[in-house]
Amino acid sequence: MAATDLSAADLLPLVSQLNAEYARAIDDDRLEDWPGFFVERCVYKITSADNHRKGLPVGVIYADSRGMLHDRVAALREANIYERQSYRHLVGLPAIRGEDDAAVRAETPFLVVRIMRDGRMDLFATGRYLDTLVEDAGALRFRERIVVCDSSRIDTLLAIPL
Amino acid sequence: MSTVDLHRAWPAPTLARVPYWAYQDEDNYRAELRRIFEGPVWNYVCLEADVARPGDYRTTFVGEMPVIVVRGADGAIHAFENRCAHRGALIALDDAGSVRRFQCVYHAWTYDLEGTLIGVAFEKGSHGRGGMPPEFCKAEHGPRKLRTATLCGLVFASLSGEAPAIDTYLGEDVRGRLARVLRRPVEVLGRFTQALPNNWKLYVENVKDTYHASLLHAFFATFRVTRLTQGGGVTVSPDGGHHASTTIDRPGDAESAAYREQDLRSDRDGYRLADPSILDAVDEFGDGIKLQILTVFPNFVLQQIYNSLAVRQVLPRGPGAMELHWTYLGFVDDTPEMRQRRLRQANLVGPAGYVSMEDGCVGGFVQRGAAAAPDALSVVNMGGDGAESQPTRATEASVRGFWKAYRRYMGY
Repeated sequence: MAATDLSAADLLPLVSQLNAEYARAIDDDRLEDWPGFFVERCVYKITSADNHRKGLPVGVIYADSRGMLHDRVAALREANIYERQSYRHLVGLPAIRGEDDAAVRAETPFLVVRIMRDGRMDLFATGRYLDTLVEDAGALRFRERIVVCDSSRIDTLLAIPL
Repeated sequence: MSTVDLHRAWPAPTLARVPYWAYQDEDNYRAELRRIFEGPVWNYVCLEADVARPGDYRTTFVGEMPVIVVRGADGAIHAFENRCAHRGALIALDDAGSVRRFQCVYHAWTYDLEGTLIGVAFEKGSHGRGGMPPEFCKAEHGPRKLRTATLCGLVFASLSGEAPAIDTYLGEDVRGRLARVLRRPVEVLGRFTQALPNNWKLYVENVKDTYHASLLHAFFATFRVTRLTQGGGVTVSPDGGHHASTTIDRPGDAESAAYREQDLRSDRDGYRLADPSILDAVDEFGDGIKLQILTVFPNFVLQQIYNSLAVRQVLPRGPGAMELHWTYLGFVDDTPEMRQRRLRQANLVGPAGYVSMEDGCVGGFVQRGAAAAPDALSVVNMGGDGAESQPTRATEASVRGFWKAYRRYMGY
């Protein structure tokens, strides 16, 4: 049965489970697993509510292939310098926004606390995931995940993906 | 001139030494706001495209001073302090908008598009009682007005009558480098603000510092985006304050072993991109220059990294904090392919940029590292102790140029 054949009520636990696994992968520092939540030809973008509302296309991070997500992880592991830090995602309940073109659309609020190596904890980002999900090789995966941060202001740097 | 009494003396005449208190001292910081940002400099405030039509405005800052930049009915661009002449409240509360006039929300005092006070609510009182004294003259009250200047689609503002014409201010070489990139009408692709835990000067120095680029930013070096062994150089304006650095491919550089031989962290073998489309650049300016970083003293950066274009506005927020306002640009006549290329290459820069992420934290490393050493001296000696243009990027000439200009404005 295709994901798009399911009702919103049936989809809710599936999308919630996917979001929970996604957050665990990032928060547990299993970033190498992160690209696997996306289909090969995907879009992942981090933007702000202000840019999103105005239709301004640029992202803090922008990827239009799963390869670019792998590259992001490789750069974080091999090239980029940033102080040791981790995230704790709190992901809300997804609102299933409809289905079309064999894809499911969902919107999910999130909150991310950033924990620095010296123990400092900050509310780093809040916002919503605007997702398009498809069934891919038997699993639900993101064809598009637009991370719309409520604020346009980013403290110091954004290394780990949201 | 400043009322701040500076108790510090600059420790050494050479441009190659900088005391750490310059990044820490509260009085020095207050003096910078008066003598530099509100002094005879040109502050970048916005794009001409941000205020395209009469009544279009944008709010921003000159140092810590809130300002409104607005296109007047006459088509000229005006700037004035975002402070009501009555009780000092902000006049405009939004980042941008379009108005016929400005009205303070507190007591409805009204200003025209040039910042002139034109209306005082109940100026004559009510039923013959109250109101302003008859001798109150609106023309004598109003927010401070700034001079404005436009160049290549950029808007600059100055509180001082002493800042020279913008062309003279920049000097011919840096002006030419600016015009090289901003040669067609631009379109904003997005904006972000980055809050940095460091003094504003540490960021400006970092941008001018061609020495660090391929050492701190391993992504650059590994993919041969810029290496000190590549061609290019640094242009420093005669007054030292402005600069442009460029990188040009040099045949045979890819085989250079200079980084490996020095055992530098930024040269890693075997690091390859799964999707190299991010590095698919075109020579859109037709001169082979792959990177150009340009600064205008005190607060402006123009960046061309491949086809990623952005302006960055540096705003001080106390001795140990600043904001960096990023505006990503394309050209109005970009093809869809070029637009997509710019979006991909935007990954290189910004708060999460492959080659700029480190710049977000390294200023904080200096701020924290030097916290207990206000009287110790930073060493800025690469390439000698002068501030002249140099045909290499293995130099700190443009950083010394910054201090040359800084000390002149500050009276050190």
